Amino acid sequence: MGVFLRRKLLRAAVTVAMVLLLAFAGARLSGSPFDMVADGGLAAEDRAALEAEFGLNRPLPVQFAFYVAQLAQGQFGRSIAQRRPVLTIYAEAAPVTLRLAGAALLITVLAGVPLGVAAAVFEGGSIGRMAATLAMLGNAVPHFLMGLLLALLFGLVLGWLPIIGQGGWRNFVLPSFTLAAGLTAAIARFVAAELRAALAADFIRTARAGGIGEARIRFVLALRNALLPALTVVGLHLGGLLAGSLIIENVFAMRGIGQVFIGAVQQRDYPVLQFGVMALALVVVAANMVVDVLYAWADPRIRRAQPR
Amino acid sequence: MRRSALVLAGALLLLAALAPVLTPFDPDRTALLARLRPPLGFGGDWLHPLGTDPLGRDMAARCLYGLRTSLAIAVLGSLIGTLAGVAVGLAAGIRGGRLDALLMLLVDVQLALPYLLLVLMALAVFGSGLMLLIPLVSLAGWEHTARLVRGQVLSLREQGFVEAAIAIGAAPLRITWRHVLPQLLPLLAVQVSLGVPHVMLLESSLSFLGIGVQPPTASLGRMIGEGQAQMLGAWWIVAEPTLLMLAVALVVQMVGDGLRRR
Repeated sequence: MGVFLRRKLLRAAVTVAMVLLLAFAGARLSGSPFDMVADGGLAAEDRAALEAEFGLNRPLPVQFAFYVAQLAQGQFGRSIAQRRPVLTIYAEAAPVTLRLAGAALLITVLAGVPLGVAAAVFEGGSIGRMAATLAMLGNAVPHFLMGLLLALLFGLVLGWLPIIGQGGWRNFVLPSFTLAAGLTAAIARFVAAELRAALAADFIRTARAGGIGEARIRFVLALRNALLPALTVVGLHLGGLLAGSLIIENVFAMRGIGQVFIGAVQQRDYPVLQFGVMALALVVVAANMVVDVLYAWADPRIRRAQPR
Repeated sequence: MRRSALVLAGALLLLAALAPVLTPFDPDRTALLARLRPPLGFGGDWLHPLGTDPLGRDMAARCLYGLRTSLAIAVLGSLIGTLAGVAVGLAAGIRGGRLDALLMLLVDVQLALPYLLLVLMALAVFGSGLMLLIPLVSLAGWEHTARLVRGQVLSLREQGFVEAAIAIGAAPLRITWRHVLPQLLPLLAVQVSLGVPHVMLLESSLSFLGIGVQPPTASLGRMIGEGQAQMLGAWWIVAEPTLLMLAVALVVQMVGDGLRRR
């Protein structure tokens, strides 16, 4: 387990370093940040003075080292457009996005697994076909389209749920179902495929021969083997879930991290963008690590496997 | 099911290709005197069967040309993206060694970072424009193609005919071109068709947010994003492109499912 962990940690560290480099380069590629400060640009000597003040006249490697050192001290910079610390801006928006993503994750697991099981166990029957169709719909329809359709049906036609804002839990129902739809479909498909494979495996035949009941075989023995890989899929899609939140917050007019990020794109607010990319990458890398470790803990074959 | 999906896909492609023949209207020309005409059956007339938008542009024309823009970007983008993924996968698989390690590291980094974020950052740095948007959305999913191709190349390298070519001293480039690439073609055809929905999803999402295809060019995502604000008053402005987009998404998915099953 020690070797396995060390290898995973090293890979994660390299990934994070690459993302840092990317975020740094992305902001520098566009030239001086002071181009955006004043209309018509600054006088040459003023710009030189500002660049010297912020260290932009130093060689790029030195600048990068400086940037990393600042990050290590918890200095994430200030927004150019809002003139407030980046961290404060994100901290204000985070609860909305976290609630949204958390609810979506819960829905994904609670709906995706039974849907997948139904699709596999009742394959060919009407329940199986319905589960497969639902999974296809969730997979095919883009987030913003699904959001609009749900808002139209449950918000405007039926009038059951609010479609704008973030006041109470009712505001989160439609957005989180919208966000969950795609991943639920992916999980359902995956669980179905894994369960089919598990049901065809030798140990199931042995269990049947040993006289174990069919329900126990399907829902305990086979399902346990199918759920483990599904965990990895959830981990892999976490980044997609957060990215989807960018779009869904826009559809339902919620002020979460996504709106902060989109606003920063439109105003070219680099410090805000840099922090967003970095934080998201960190969350995804950390989630993948956790999934990998859980997986290895549950399945000894993986932790003993040699690196490819 | 498969045949009907293909027929529907053909119909959508025809609609997009024949847009200039099917409608007499310029999708971008505004006519302020003909603003917000409802569609046929809701008080509209035959001149504008799907009504007009707040600038008096014909909705039928905008839907057709929007479909054209979205499909063109999706098909072109999927081709470009698959080629890029193939180039990376081939290079990694055939050269091996350090290059392989470096490229696979890049793949890992990409897997850790939602592609949408990268695109947003790039659009913020360089500004929106079709010349940048198309390559950007094309590269969505390059890492999957690269991994897949690398795996195939690694197993092909063990095959007798490739070993024979290496033994008689063929150059790596020649081996790639004459012996490895032809074996990959069926896989690539599937990859291109699977890439179409990916690229379309990304383009329409960006356009919906207002940072993809720029006005006045019609794109389905952009029309939905702009029409959303008028959902209560002039519902057809958002309903028509939404229904069209839904149809396209479902048809593309059905075709993809059919291909994957073969």
